[in-house]
Amino acid sequence: MEQRKLFKGKRTRTPGGEIIVRLSGVRKRYDSDTLALDGVDLEVRAGEFFSLLGPSGCGKTTLLRILAGFEEPDAGRVEIAGNDMQGVPPYRRPVNLVFQNYALFPHMNVFDNIAFGLRMKRLAGDEIRARVGWALELVDIQGLERRRPHELSGGQRQRVALARALVNEPEVLLLDEPLGALDYKLRKQLQVELMNLQEELGLTFVYVTHDQEEALVMSDRIAVMRGGGIEQLGLPEALYERPASRFVAQFLGTSNLIPARSTGKREVETPLGRLRVGEDLVPGKDLTLSIRPEKLRLSRQESAAPNRVRARVDDIIYTGAENQYLLDASGFELVAYTLNSDIQEPGYEEFDYDEEVVVHLPEENLVVIHE
Amino acid sequence: MTTRRWLSLHGALVLLFLYLPIAVIVVLSFNESKYGVAWHGFTLKWYRQLLAHTRIHPYVWNTLIVAAVSTFVSTILGTLLALGLSRFRFPGRNGLLFLLYIPVVIPDVVMGVSLLLFFAWVQHAVSALHLGLTTVILAHISFQIAYVTLVVKSRLAGLDPSLEEAAADLGAHGWARFWKVTFPLIAPGIAAAALLAFTLSLDDFVITFFTAGPGATTLPIYIFSSVKRGVTPEVHALSTLMILVTTLVLIAVQRVQTRR
Amino acid sequence: MNKRASWKQLLPTLGPGALWLFVFTLIPTLLIFYASFLQRDPHGWLGGPLTLENYRRFLGLTSEGFDPIYLRILGRSLLLGFVTTLVSVLIGYPFAFFIAGSPRKNLLLLLVVLPFWTNFLIRVYAWIVIFQRKGVLNALLGYLGFDPVMLYPSWTAVYVGTIYTYLPFLILPLYASVEKIDWTLLEAAYDLGAGRIQGFWHAIFPQTLPGLVAGVLLVFIPAVGTFVISDLLGAGKAILIGNVIQQQFGASRDWAFGSAAAFVLMAVVLTGLWLYARWAGERGMEELV
Repeated sequence: MEQRKLFKGKRTRTPGGEIIVRLSGVRKRYDSDTLALDGVDLEVRAGEFFSLLGPSGCGKTTLLRILAGFEEPDAGRVEIAGNDMQGVPPYRRPVNLVFQNYALFPHMNVFDNIAFGLRMKRLAGDEIRARVGWALELVDIQGLERRRPHELSGGQRQRVALARALVNEPEVLLLDEPLGALDYKLRKQLQVELMNLQEELGLTFVYVTHDQEEALVMSDRIAVMRGGGIEQLGLPEALYERPASRFVAQFLGTSNLIPARSTGKREVETPLGRLRVGEDLVPGKDLTLSIRPEKLRLSRQESAAPNRVRARVDDIIYTGAENQYLLDASGFELVAYTLNSDIQEPGYEEFDYDEEVVVHLPEENLVVIHE
Repeated sequence: MTTRRWLSLHGALVLLFLYLPIAVIVVLSFNESKYGVAWHGFTLKWYRQLLAHTRIHPYVWNTLIVAAVSTFVSTILGTLLALGLSRFRFPGRNGLLFLLYIPVVIPDVVMGVSLLLFFAWVQHAVSALHLGLTTVILAHISFQIAYVTLVVKSRLAGLDPSLEEAAADLGAHGWARFWKVTFPLIAPGIAAAALLAFTLSLDDFVITFFTAGPGATTLPIYIFSSVKRGVTPEVHALSTLMILVTTLVLIAVQRVQTRR
Repeated sequence: MNKRASWKQLLPTLGPGALWLFVFTLIPTLLIFYASFLQRDPHGWLGGPLTLENYRRFLGLTSEGFDPIYLRILGRSLLLGFVTTLVSVLIGYPFAFFIAGSPRKNLLLLLVVLPFWTNFLIRVYAWIVIFQRKGVLNALLGYLGFDPVMLYPSWTAVYVGTIYTYLPFLILPLYASVEKIDWTLLEAAYDLGAGRIQGFWHAIFPQTLPGLVAGVLLVFIPAVGTFVISDLLGAGKAILIGNVIQQQFGASRDWAFGSAAAFVLMAVVLTGLWLYARWAGERGMEELV
């Protein structure tokens, strides 16, 4: 419930702060044949929840480590809060990192862990106590000050790691898959708390994750990475609704990818037959059409209208919230989702195995990918 | 089931094999009879005689001095080496590792005579380093350093690198980072390495045998020469005392480890 | 780890230790090699000119013909090393499993560690007490009505003493491997139709190999190089390569020949080490396929 509200809330907010992180042409190579980053350009605005999303090995962690200062780029420029970070070591950067495995100091208790950064800045004892107290309250772990990390649960450790970074009031908070080690329910809960925290404090988050759902739920903007480069960058709904590549279409959610060849201004030839699309094309080009399974409309009624194809129900998967139909459209496989809550609505139809159905692929939902 | 039985039987026999000789010495050290193994009654007189021998005192003293000084130096040098080897890549790293393994893999006798030759050669050339306690200490450091380095290095290898990164991320660098984060985390490894080095030194006979000069007799050297002279109840008593000390130290070490 | 370091970082950490190893390990080792080509001078010290005489002598090529006494001694040492290693493996391998499977493994481990840390002269000495003419063994045999046996000094005593001394060196690293065994692999092997022997050989044995290799090296190397055990339990009659070296640097005072013998021993051990690493490496490769 609350999650939903926040989700909506974020959509209305347009991050409009000044640019706080700017990467240009950042390149990194570990050894001769693995290119970790291939000329990345990126801008993050103050107050933004910015996610780097991609499969393992896509370069997202390298990018984060470059921001934190653990790696030096081979080429390119990194600016944080208006300053060039060339040669600036991690301990002089105005950023803090929440590590994937938390990296809490096992020989220090919670208080000393959180106070570590403040002590390094040689703040006075009173101020350290006050600020650690504030951080403890912020992440809701008051009373655990004297515990050692091994006496904490996974969720508590995560909160300590967060407090330890936040207490230094970084310009940018870097988070490296901070929820990756937690179970599903706790992860969901902490997603909400992280979003609240980020909004309340007006912090800038650069958040690395391989979990597309997490990125969609939490982020203001997402950069989908692949093979050391940014594949597509934009608002979550833009990435989902208008994927610019087959990779993005498949990595973010599920997609029907249909090979096509443009035949007219708004017409393509596909294995499903002729389809109309919603944008102007140059004829004679090979393309891919992408359509989300939930955008397919299934019906028993024959129709002569465009973008209707016949298919047979091959398999039905019941997932609780929805029915997933695996369809065979004259040899081409399509996936369609229908919501179970529609059961009360007029026009809702359920289909059986081997039943013949008419599939409508609305032209406004057919995304043309120029690949 | 039957496998387990065979293993237990075998295990019991092995333990018997391991402990029978030790038990023989301990029992005989309390035997009234000076010669032979027949039991003539319980006595502590061999212990009294042993402790009355003031000439043993300097041997004990020498052994402890050598062990303490060599352990101190080798622990520092070995820890620094381990830090450098696990942190940095540099030309000649493999060569250094190879040198480090030499004292571990070559037979003691070869290490002993090579150090003897080295000390004699230095003595010949510049008339320094006469065989004595100093040469024994130098020799002990030379094999301890390898063990210390390898133990601390494995501890460092097991250290999560993100802990030091976290320290850097939170503003710590240089010595602050070392003393506040790295050192406390590897301290148990350093302690274990120092304990190993100390015990190796206490126990060493072969290398000491070749590098000790007059006046540098240690306890193992004394035991060797006593044993060569023949079996006596006093040697039984001395051995029993050393076994006792070893046992107490080991139990203490295990207590500390299980508490942690 | 992957940082290429500057001199400023290397000198304070590696400098002192590297210097120490250079002076007290590398130079002495090189000196042995160098001295093995020198000759004994009238004062019992070393002098030129450079010669191969020491190695010729070691190989048995004397002016009076071929007499491979030192090669035979080397062979004896290697035999002692091999037999000790083999027997230790036969005894120690099941024993490591016994400890690992026992509910009192901490106590058992302590029981193995204790002889391991007991001064090895004492452990060797114990066997003199057992084997000597009027020792424990003969007392026992006499009690049972048997004739006494003369095992001290003897090769048997040397073998028993060597095995006794180095057995814990094999058990401890082996146990470390056995304790880490993933037994589900054995279940998987059974599940896939392997018999008991096949299951052990394919699922368990490879997992113990690292500890076994370490243990074998820790037994073989000191056993081949020993001179104390043969000196004490052989009472001067059991001559091994270690005794040759010790005598040349001691009473005989022919350091040049002693250096040659020491170098040969070192070369044999290092070659064995290298061969074994290669063999184990290839085995490791096969296991991967």
